[in-house]
Amino acid sequence: MTRLLDVRGLITAFDTSEGTVRAVDGVDFHVDEGESVALVGESGCGKSVTALSIMRLIQPPSGRIERGRIELAGTDLLALPEPEMRQVRGGQIAMIFQEPMTSLNPVLTVGYQIAEAVQIHRRLSSRQAWEEAVRMLDLVEIPDPAERARAYPHQLSGGMRQRVMIAMALSCSPRLLIADEPTTALDVTIQAQILELLDSLRARLGMALLLITHDLGVVAERCSRVLVMYAGRVVEDGPVAEVFERADHPYTLGLLRSVPRLGRTRGHLATIPGVVPRLTALPSGCRFRDRCQFAIDDCARIDPPLEPVTSARQRAACIVSARDGGLPQ
Amino acid sequence: MLARLRQNGLAFSGGIVVAALFLVALLAPWLAPYDPHHIDSRHVLDPPSAAHWLGTDSLGRDLLSRMLYGARVSLLVGFVSVGISTAIGVSLGAVAGYFRGIVDAVIMRFVDVMLCFPTFFLILAVIAYLDASIWNIMLVIGLTSWMGVCRLVRAEVMSLRERDFMTAAQALGMPPSRVILRHALPNAMAPVFVTAILGVAGAILLESALSFLGIGVQPPDPSWGNILTEGKDTIGVAWWLSVCPGLAILVTVLGYNLLGEGLRDVLDPRLKAR
Repeated sequence: MTRLLDVRGLITAFDTSEGTVRAVDGVDFHVDEGESVALVGESGCGKSVTALSIMRLIQPPSGRIERGRIELAGTDLLALPEPEMRQVRGGQIAMIFQEPMTSLNPVLTVGYQIAEAVQIHRRLSSRQAWEEAVRMLDLVEIPDPAERARAYPHQLSGGMRQRVMIAMALSCSPRLLIADEPTTALDVTIQAQILELLDSLRARLGMALLLITHDLGVVAERCSRVLVMYAGRVVEDGPVAEVFERADHPYTLGLLRSVPRLGRTRGHLATIPGVVPRLTALPSGCRFRDRCQFAIDDCARIDPPLEPVTSARQRAACIVSARDGGLPQ
Repeated sequence: MLARLRQNGLAFSGGIVVAALFLVALLAPWLAPYDPHHIDSRHVLDPPSAAHWLGTDSLGRDLLSRMLYGARVSLLVGFVSVGISTAIGVSLGAVAGYFRGIVDAVIMRFVDVMLCFPTFFLILAVIAYLDASIWNIMLVIGLTSWMGVCRLVRAEVMSLRERDFMTAAQALGMPPSRVILRHALPNAMAPVFVTAILGVAGAILLESALSFLGIGVQPPDPSWGNILTEGKDTIGVAWWLSVCPGLAILVTVLGYNLLGEGLRDVLDPRLKAR
């Protein structure tokens, strides 16, 4: 498969009252053409900032991309002038957000908003764009699309609104869709429908999907590869089946253990002790060592690199795992 | 919205006053019983009568006719100068709130500087330099009263900017101009609208004051302000020359203020607790 997105050594920093904070601190990963990749991690670990960095939507003056390369099919996005970057946004990479309640403009009809998205990247008359909007609403399986296109966001349910967001995002056939926790704000039955829809559209339209989530169940079902982030770093990267079968990073292991399983969980659920460290007060060496049951003295001295441990396709950033050839599961 | 406005008694009466004023100003040539410039030396300072409902002034001109034409001046000044100030305030405020950083700092410091000038004396100075025509008055009032709108729109756009749909619009590749015009401003219009209506009241008051001082609308053209000036000289013998324009100014300004306040209640969902 050909490489679509390649992120190397990305550092995104924000100025806060407590000093400069690197919300994303040296992130490396790639997404292949047509692939579906999950980006998993706790709140505040830098998932959304990574996504906004790829779109170059980090808001100045407080936030900025300090270092790194972001390549889309060989083009360095960080070097593009803003007008060309605008062509990439929506045209090549589209994004959908967590809150369908607030991601649509309340004063415009949904049809208008989709038609507007269509017209940014394609030369179509207003009428053609409107027809395209109706077609997109049909594509995302909204019943009676011609009628619904005239509705305002507040007249639609959360699930419908998220479908509208997907229709907007897909209206210019992007090669990569970044979905930032697209189902977190929806109720469980709707979540499944939206994920099903995203996955089938990905397969049908041949685009790649970067799914940001903290729900491991979602990852297991929908994605082929998983990236686990912790405190601004990618700590594990590998095919979903292999990572779920045998995690090489203690944090991934902890996450997997804390997922309730029908019939298998007795008593209290396993949890990871402690909380995510504040980015202004990161521990030396490995960032996870304070919460890690496998931590050794060297963990405080060595900043672990992301490297293959048990298989060439699965990388983890853990010196204990690297030394022992894996973790006791 | 209209239904809710109707429930708000004061705002509704304000709306009626404003609407009536509009009609009177538009229909002045047909409503006025006499030519407002027609001098009649046989009827100088006549008290209100059947022939002259509001009496006549020291040159025998019909006061009612002059008042009706004066309403046109008030309306024109109110809307044109508020139009100018709103246009300036909205564009500068939106740009400052959207781009922030250095652009914002420059624009806001400029606002601070403008606010430092005592508006009234700035206008006096400018008018002393230019001709005292109604167009200059409107221009100067407009150019010196946009700062409030600017700050308001800046704050609105800044808070809107944090909303997801603004990021979503950018993520679709929209240029900043389009994001501002299509997505930020329509969501910021309600408070701007209210401020504009209250601004009309302020502009009308300012114009009356300037005309009263003789640097606004120049006689013989009638304006409520300069009618009042003439009235002040004869207040002992002809009370109607002071009372009528004074009341007209009062009722008009009150009408706009009530309408503006009422609209604020109607348009602002946060004040719904009633």
